[in-house]
Amino acid sequence: MYDFNFHRPKNLASAVGFLQADDAKLIAGGQTLIPTLKQRLAAPKHLVDLSQIEALTGIERRGRNIVIGAMTRHAEVAASAVVRKAIPALSDLADGIGDPAVRNRGTIGGSVANNDPSADYPSACLALAATIFTNRREIPADEFFKGLFETALEPDEIITQVSFPIPLKAAYAKFPNPASRYALVGVFVAKDGKGVRVAVTGAGENGVFRVPAMERALDRRFAPKSLENVKIDPSGLIADLHGSAEYRANLIGVMARRAVDAAAKTPK
Amino acid sequence: MPKVSLTVNGKAVSADVEARTLLVTFLREHLKLTGTHIGCDTSQCGACVVHVDGKAVKSCTMLAAQAEGARVVTIEGLATDGALHPMQEAFRENHGLQCGFCTPGMIMTAVDLVNREGGDLDEQTIREGLEGNLCRCTGYHNIVKSIAAGAKAMKGRRRAA
Repeated sequence: MYDFNFHRPKNLASAVGFLQADDAKLIAGGQTLIPTLKQRLAAPKHLVDLSQIEALTGIERRGRNIVIGAMTRHAEVAASAVVRKAIPALSDLADGIGDPAVRNRGTIGGSVANNDPSADYPSACLALAATIFTNRREIPADEFFKGLFETALEPDEIITQVSFPIPLKAAYAKFPNPASRYALVGVFVAKDGKGVRVAVTGAGENGVFRVPAMERALDRRFAPKSLENVKIDPSGLIADLHGSAEYRANLIGVMARRAVDAAAKTPK
Repeated sequence: MPKVSLTVNGKAVSADVEARTLLVTFLREHLKLTGTHIGCDTSQCGACVVHVDGKAVKSCTMLAAQAEGARVVTIEGLATDGALHPMQEAFRENHGLQCGFCTPGMIMTAVDLVNREGGDLDEQTIREGLEGNLCRCTGYHNIVKSIAAGAKAMKGRRRAA
């Protein structure tokens, strides 16, 4: 790892100030960034640590939304009674990220900002139609995820909170890579008053994506059977040593049916 | 060089370190606390697990500078007055190790698991709790047994205390 200057601002304004420097990068939980720095895949001159900014932590129910501070750790989301009561699918998702030690450090803001094509949280944001709050605006999830590790964030923009509308039913089904625990395929299904949204992670070459054909089928009838005739096109899907594009295409169907089955069974 | 000040095993320590210093490097090379091991150095194996403010973390995936002001406990900090911690004792009693390289991380992870889930742990909970810890000798069987026994002993000790 190359050396850098380390800053620990106490508030957002000061963090934005440090970001104006040449080649500065934010560090949240560091569970992706530190391994990246060690491999010298990134070598920022300045690291700006967000952990001392109180405004970025906490979980609360605000009306029909669950609002989670960007620096909230995965373990905190997984253990939150507020989240468990309103969106159990989100608790389950957080509880399945990485391993216990990673969950004690990794944050929701970091995961969303990094937009790893195999990360779990982007699928929840997209399927639940979350809003990403930053220090300067609100971004709907549909406009936030722009491609492989790409988001709508400006270089000196900081995620402050993620707000999830509480759905009628939702579930996340993940087929984890047995070594890394990243999603080989993960499907988040959510149904609210407006309809059904299906988001897939782990499979798209351009990151997380929705599956309109599945959404239409589930709008007609919310049951695993509705998905039996929906074919997933393998073009544009990730192919690597862990699985071919065709394998992932098939797995999307399997995971989607499991998610719908689990969501249909959630008591409401 | 930034100065970091933190508490390690109950003692206040402070040192000037390069910003890029990993917490595990700080513990091993600056404080000579070599009980915390570096196995894979890629956040996978868990040999470097320590507690930071009461939570298990991989100290190879945290900067020393991020631990500024934190309370860190390593494997060296578990025993009290020369008596092994119940979880350490359970590993000895149940032959929960062979070469011993992964053991410090296993024990720190196990103690964190008991703190989170309580003293009555079923096998599934223990195995899932060990998701981030690799052992290449034991096949995990005796580690799982050790943790179940250690968890019960910790619960008993808490009741006695």
